[in-house]
Amino acid sequence: MTNTTVTVRPPDARRAPERRDRPPGRRRRRSSDGPTAALYLLPAVVGFVVFYAWPMIRGVGISLTDWNLLTEARWVGLDNYADLFQDPLFWNALRVTAVYVVVNITTQMALGLTIALLMQRLSIGLAARSAILLPWLIPNVTIAIVTLFMLDPNVGFVNHVLEFVGARTQSFYGSSDLAIVTVALVNTWRNMGYTALLFYAGIQTISPSVYEAAALDGASYLRTFRSVTLPLLRPITALVLVVSMIGSFQIFDTVAVATSGGPGNSTRVIYYYIYQKAFEQFDMGYGAAMAVVLFAIIFTFSLVQLRALRATESDGN
Amino acid sequence: MSSSTPPAAHGTLVRRRPRRRPTPSTALSWTALIVLLVITVFPFLWMLRTAFTANSDIFSGSMSLVPPDPTAINFSRVLGLATPEEAAAAGGSGQNVDFFLYLRNSLVFTGVVVTCQVGFSALAAYAFSRLRFTGRDVIFTVFLAGMMVPPIFAVLPNFVLMRNLGWIDTFAGLVAPYLLMTPFAIFFLRQFFLGIPREIEEAALLDGAGRFRVLTRIILPMASGPMATLAIIQAVTAWNEYLWPQLVGRDPSVRLLNVAVATFAQSSPSTSPDWSGLMAAASLQVVPMLLLLIVFGRKIVDSLGFSGVK
Repeated sequence: MTNTTVTVRPPDARRAPERRDRPPGRRRRRSSDGPTAALYLLPAVVGFVVFYAWPMIRGVGISLTDWNLLTEARWVGLDNYADLFQDPLFWNALRVTAVYVVVNITTQMALGLTIALLMQRLSIGLAARSAILLPWLIPNVTIAIVTLFMLDPNVGFVNHVLEFVGARTQSFYGSSDLAIVTVALVNTWRNMGYTALLFYAGIQTISPSVYEAAALDGASYLRTFRSVTLPLLRPITALVLVVSMIGSFQIFDTVAVATSGGPGNSTRVIYYYIYQKAFEQFDMGYGAAMAVVLFAIIFTFSLVQLRALRATESDGN
Repeated sequence: MSSSTPPAAHGTLVRRRPRRRPTPSTALSWTALIVLLVITVFPFLWMLRTAFTANSDIFSGSMSLVPPDPTAINFSRVLGLATPEEAAAAGGSGQNVDFFLYLRNSLVFTGVVVTCQVGFSALAAYAFSRLRFTGRDVIFTVFLAGMMVPPIFAVLPNFVLMRNLGWIDTFAGLVAPYLLMTPFAIFFLRQFFLGIPREIEEAALLDGAGRFRVLTRIILPMASGPMATLAIIQAVTAWNEYLWPQLVGRDPSVRLLNVAVATFAQSSPSTSPDWSGLMAAASLQVVPMLLLLIVFGRKIVDSLGFSGVK
C-alpha cells in the first residue's frame, strides 16, 4: 500500500464491547473453537508469515550483507549502516523527506480542517462532499501526470494564469528550489478532501447541546471554534496526524513519475533513494539497511504520536 | 455509522441566522468553499479537455474549457485503434500503445485482489471476534503491528522471493503479496462483527448449524454494508498500487494500467511531450474512479468517516 491508505485505527473505546460480550458461562466451547479458528486463520497467518514477518527478518539479514542479486551475498556486519551515516545522499534524502512531510502535513491538516468546517457550517450536500474527494480516488501516477501538465512551464494552465495576472511563470517541478514543495502541495491537493472527511466525521460526533450552550452564552463563531470545536476535536486531530504522517513518509509514486528525484537531488526522498539503490543499482544490502532505518524512524514517530493520542483522549472526553 | 447522526448536529449554529439575508461571513464561507471545489475539480476538467484536443492545438493558448476542435483521435491512439500513420500525424510516437490490454489487466488485478482480501479477511475477522482460542489477542495485536511496516521494507525481500520462485512478470507474482493478509481489512471487519448481537448466532448454533454456516448465512449478510464499503476502499487502494506492480509486472502481458501510463509518460519526449495522448491515458484512469464515485458516492463518503473516527 502506498501513502494515504485508510489504515486508521480508532480509539480504544471500540474494543470495549468485546469484553462485555464474554459471559463467563460460555467457556465450555473453548475446547472446540481451536481447530475451527486455526482453519479460519490459516490464510491470514500464512500471508502474515510469508509477506510480513519473514520479509522483515530477511530484510534485516540482507542489510548485513553486500548482496547485489548477482553474486553470492557476503556478510559485512554493520558496514552498510556505517556507510549510511557517511553518505551525503542519505542525509539529503532524510532532509528532503523531512521538508516534504512538514509542508505536506501542515497544509493538509490546515486545509482539511478548513474544508470540514466549511462543510459543516454551510450544511454541504453529498455531491460537494464527493467532488472534494475525487483527487483522492485517482492513482498517484495519474495525479503526477495531470499536474505535470497543469504546471508545465510552457503550456501549463497554472502558468497561463500566472501570466494572465502579470506574475512570473514558474517551472514548478523543474526548479530545484520549488520541486519538493510542489510535490508536497500536489499531494496536499490530492489528500485534503480525504482529510476533510475525517475531520467532518469527527465534528459530527460533537453533541449539538455543546453548541447550543455556547450560543446561549453569546459566543461568536470563532470563539466557539476555538473553545469548543478545536478542543473536542483533539483526539481526531491526533489520529489524523498519525495516519497522515505514516503515509507522508512513504512518498514515492509522485516523485518516481514526475521528477525522478531531480532536478539534482532536490526531490530524492528516502523511499525513492532506497528504490534506486536496491532496484536500479542492485545494492540490496545498502537499500535494506536504509529500509531498516526508515522503519525505525516511522515506528518511533508512531509510538510518540500514539502516546500523545492516548493522552489527548483522556482529557478530550 | 457516522451518517446516522441527525442533521441537527451541524445545522444548529447556522440555522440561527435568517436564511434570506446571508451574512458577510456566510458569503465568505461560500466563496472559500467554491474556490476550493474549483481547485479540486478543475484539473480533471482540463485533463478531459486536453484529451479531446489535438496536440497541435494545445499551444494555441486558448483558456476555454471547450476544445477548440474536438477530436477523439487521442483515445483511439492510446487504445491502439488508430493506424500508425494517424497516430504519428496526431503527434504520438507512431507506435501502438495497447491500453485495452492494460485496462483489462488492471480490472482483473483489482477484482482478484479485492475478492480474496475481503474473503480471507472475513474468515480471520470472524475468528478474532467470535471464536475463543489461546493467544487470540496476542495474534491480533501482532497482525495490527503489520500495519506499521513500511511497504518498501517488505518489498525488497518479497521481490527476492518472487525472483526465486520464478514469478517475476507473472500474474501470480503480481497478486501474491496482497491476497492472504491485509491487517486493515481484518481490523475493519472485526469491528463490525463485534457489533453484531450474538443471540441470533447462538440460536443457530444450538440448532446445530456449523460455524461456517453461521458465518456465511448470518454474519456476512448482516455485514454486507461494511463488506461492500471495505471492497470499495480496497479496490481504490489496489487501483492505486504502483511500486510493486512496476517491479514484478513490467512485461506487457501482465502490465497494469498504472504502470503503462507511467511508462508512457516516461517515454514521451521531454522536449515536446505528447500531452494529448498523456491526458487521454490519464482519463482512462480517472473515468472508472469517477463512475465509482457517482454510483457509490454516499457509501464512500460515509464509510471514510467511519473508518477514521468510530
